[in-house]
Amino acid sequence: MKGLSLFLGCLVPNRYPGIELATKLCLAKLDVDCADLPCASCCPAPGVFRSFDRTTWLTLASRNIVLSEQMERDMLTICNGCFSTLADANRCIKGEDSAKEEVNEHLKKIGKEINGTIDVRHIIEFLYQEYGPENIRSYVEKQLDIRVAVHYGCHLIKPTKDRGLGNFERPVFFDELVTALGATSVEYPDKMACCGAGGGVRSAMKDRSLKMTEAKLSRIKEADVDCIVNSCPFCHMQLGEGQREIKERMGTEFDIPVLHYTQLMGLALGFPPEMLGIDVNIEKNKRFMNLLDTE
Amino acid sequence: MKDRNTAETVTEEKLKNASIDALKCMQCGACSGSCPSGRHTSLNIRKLVKIAGKTTDILSNEELWMCTTCYNCQERCPRNIAIVDILLDIRAISVHQGIIHPEHMEVCKMLLAYGHAVPINEENRKKRTDIGMEELPETVHKYEDGLNEVKTLLDSCGFRKLITETDGPIKDI
Repeated sequence: MKGLSLFLGCLVPNRYPGIELATKLCLAKLDVDCADLPCASCCPAPGVFRSFDRTTWLTLASRNIVLSEQMERDMLTICNGCFSTLADANRCIKGEDSAKEEVNEHLKKIGKEINGTIDVRHIIEFLYQEYGPENIRSYVEKQLDIRVAVHYGCHLIKPTKDRGLGNFERPVFFDELVTALGATSVEYPDKMACCGAGGGVRSAMKDRSLKMTEAKLSRIKEADVDCIVNSCPFCHMQLGEGQREIKERMGTEFDIPVLHYTQLMGLALGFPPEMLGIDVNIEKNKRFMNLLDTE
Repeated sequence: MKDRNTAETVTEEKLKNASIDALKCMQCGACSGSCPSGRHTSLNIRKLVKIAGKTTDILSNEELWMCTTCYNCQERCPRNIAIVDILLDIRAISVHQGIIHPEHMEVCKMLLAYGHAVPINEENRKKRTDIGMEELPETVHKYEDGLNEVKTLLDSCGFRKLITETDGPIKDI
């Protein structure tokens, strides 16, 4: 297996830098060979840019992939959207010679060429397939005795024929990574439902997108969990920032802490919440942190 | 007889080609029954599949933009129609007709200017340094040469032209 390069995307470094730091701390602790990927851009986002112009989408994605090819490293994503774009684009380049030729005509103008020599990974499937829950359990310094609502998000697992991570109706791999940290993964209705953000819906039709989010959050609230754990900063934003927006627009209060898996893992590996970008100044997260401290 | 070279006919052809797979549809409704957006919006994905290649009216149908691309419909379609992929291709034809939401136009402008759909801001520069990180991430934000490469590609693919030409008065949907 090749070493990895860390593809940051937009939301993680530019809105949730704590997730970036949490990822780097966790990977270092697990001794994963993962280097920075200098000069990368937006993946570009699948729901919007692929909707606008497929060639532009494929070409910019290919430039990002080339950066990792040049390092002879597979790419590691920490966002379902980036995973969707880069894995789909990479598969297209590897499988369709005409697409590869068209892209390389554009890339020639910046002195680059895509060859299709690396793979694109997502941190959840990477940890599951290359480390496994049992192995991860052995790294845990602080057992997290909390109740977690796992949110897979859509593009981590779908389209299933391309992702190869099994059936999407009731997957277990992400839950197993959460329970490996000592936590309980709580079942709840509509667990596999979309957060409501994707496809450009959040940006262009926020009220409609928040209706989907409110429905999902209501189910999670009924399940009486201590926090939501996701694998994508866009779901993270919709389920987290979305709670504030729902309160303002619809008056419903949820107050459920939202963590990216790397932040939850960071806590279990013994890092302080401040280093993981878990906002301890927010009252709702103080409650969550108190819960962790009493373990 | 229709002139086969009018812009309108070209668009019709593109739409037909993008939607060929949709002809397999038997209108069972598994897609609509699986659609999380359809529960909360007016999106009727079964109906969109039905009319997909048959009328250019679909290009200005607001429901095209209510899909979160969750892929439930595509996963559960008994005829294995690539519903979301078709929808994305139809969206692109629509955008090339100058139909785009103003909010999406803003996202495009961000990409053109910064190489990021969501660029850094003051608040997050501070958030980064507060937890001991560098102010700017290892992306095109930090490397101007990299940003220039992205801009060259956006020009080469015609994306800048597409967006600047559309951005006359933005056509509202």
